Amino acid sequence: MSAVLETVSLTKFFGMVRAAEDLSVQFQEGELVGIVGPNGSGKTTLLNVITGYVKPDRGRIRYQGKDITGLSPRAVADLGIARSFQMPQLYLSLTVLENLVLALAIRAGRAREFWAPLERVDRRDEAPRILEQFGLEEHASHDAGQLPEGARKLLDVALSFARRPRILLMDEPTSGVSARDKSKVMDTLVPVLKGTGVTTIFVEHDMEVVQRYAERVLAFDEGKVIAAGSPDAVLRDPTVRRALLGQP
Amino acid sequence: MAIGRRLDPALALAGLGLFLVVPPFLPQWITFLLTLAWAKALAVLGIVLLLRGGLLTFGHALYYAVGAYTAGFAVKFLGVHEGLAALGLAVVTGAAASALLGLLLARYRGVHFGLLNLAFSMVLYAILLKFYEITGGTDGMRLPTPLLAGVKPDAQHLRLTIYYVTVVLAALLLYVAYRFTTSPLGYTLRAVRDNEVRVEYMGASVRQAIYCSYIVAGVMASVGGVLAGFSVGHIVPELSFWTQSGEFVFVALLGGTGSVLAPVAGSIVFEFVRNYAFKYSPYTWQMTLGIVLLGIIFFLPGGLWSLKGIAARRWTIVTRRSQ
Repeated sequence: MSAVLETVSLTKFFGMVRAAEDLSVQFQEGELVGIVGPNGSGKTTLLNVITGYVKPDRGRIRYQGKDITGLSPRAVADLGIARSFQMPQLYLSLTVLENLVLALAIRAGRAREFWAPLERVDRRDEAPRILEQFGLEEHASHDAGQLPEGARKLLDVALSFARRPRILLMDEPTSGVSARDKSKVMDTLVPVLKGTGVTTIFVEHDMEVVQRYAERVLAFDEGKVIAAGSPDAVLRDPTVRRALLGQP
Repeated sequence: MAIGRRLDPALALAGLGLFLVVPPFLPQWITFLLTLAWAKALAVLGIVLLLRGGLLTFGHALYYAVGAYTAGFAVKFLGVHEGLAALGLAVVTGAAASALLGLLLARYRGVHFGLLNLAFSMVLYAILLKFYEITGGTDGMRLPTPLLAGVKPDAQHLRLTIYYVTVVLAALLLYVAYRFTTSPLGYTLRAVRDNEVRVEYMGASVRQAIYCSYIVAGVMASVGGVLAGFSVGHIVPELSFWTQSGEFVFVALLGGTGSVLAPVAGSIVFEFVRNYAFKYSPYTWQMTLGIVLLGIIFFLPGGLWSLKGIAARRWTIVTRRSQ
């Protein structure tokens, strides 16, 4: 089966820090991949390079067989690759519903329209449906800046999801969320993402979350993949345990 | 599900009705001040629209002067005495000038955006000052009484006629601005202020959003310039001077950014405060304006328009207590 997204010999240095070194990874259509690794191992850099926020020093990125290396974040988004962020990136002065309808307007290429009201963009009530899918309907009229952290995380993903991406990259979807709410966030996200068949790649520090929700895991250290496979196999791997937990 | 904060049509129409009914009973000097206030409110409106995108310009008088001088040149070189034609030309020149400069300015943010605008307005000021044969230099240019749809307003009601034309046109542009703020572009501009990176990641162009908004703001100021020119009957290079831009920013802060009607409130209050400050303390009137602005910043950081919200909250409390 050909990969929907792959990196070929991707290399990125920040000064002396190796964020990615000769990194070649492949992602298959519809799979849910978790990426783990210690701080500075290059997990977020991979997302930044794929989405065009950071240019690689060497190597290529291919999406559906097409070279997308060096494209701008906007161009990458237009191709169907969306991302969410470790620190949720929302429009804080807009309500949750406005955040979402604006995302729909941008997807429809109507961001420059300056006469019809924004709400006309969503004639099919897609925004309320997405809010319901992500469990955010009760927050619809709240300013995004007033949301609790768990809801912010969900909205951050919902904004990316509203673009109907083929690939969704999530950077630590449960970081900053209380231990109790982590499962709630993932239990909300995963069925929605699996239900629509979007290829999902998520960076995560919490091993329990990765073990429970990922179908495949990549373990990173110093810009390289040190293990790949099923969650159980990777998280039992002694090299991974040494890198992640410092266990001998 | 409803989106956004709606303009209260009853409040807007009641306000407009008041401005249409009362002036015939007012002294002429007040009608004149109100005309100027409405005209300048359009330039301030342009600043307020850009402020919603986090962009503060210190050179918006440039477009105000472009509009005024468009009317002047139309009379002087083209023999156009029709006021509505001059207004149409001002829309074109305001759009053209802002479209041209916006190509460069839409790349900048923060202090660079503000000061580059200032620089361009001062370039125009120098041009207006030095090209005496064309612009009249420091003497400026006289704007004769315009025809309105081919009819020359009678001298006795001239001031009132210009007032009504100004108010009606300004009201139309306020409605345009309102549609802008509730449109996808208006929301994209707000999103740019909140989180520019996210806007790009969502697939929208920040630069295009700023560019389009900048043109809208430029046209607003340009129309304001023509209307002010007709009202005063004389235009001078100072219309493009940095102090004029500063005055617009001052009024934007005074009125607030909470509504497209706020610039009108701010502009009217400003004109009257300045008028009375000048009357009662001709040598220290600027100090009076400064004190007013300080008071606004400390006690009404959302500008005069925030009084509406405060009054609404008080009213809710009072009605709840009485039930």
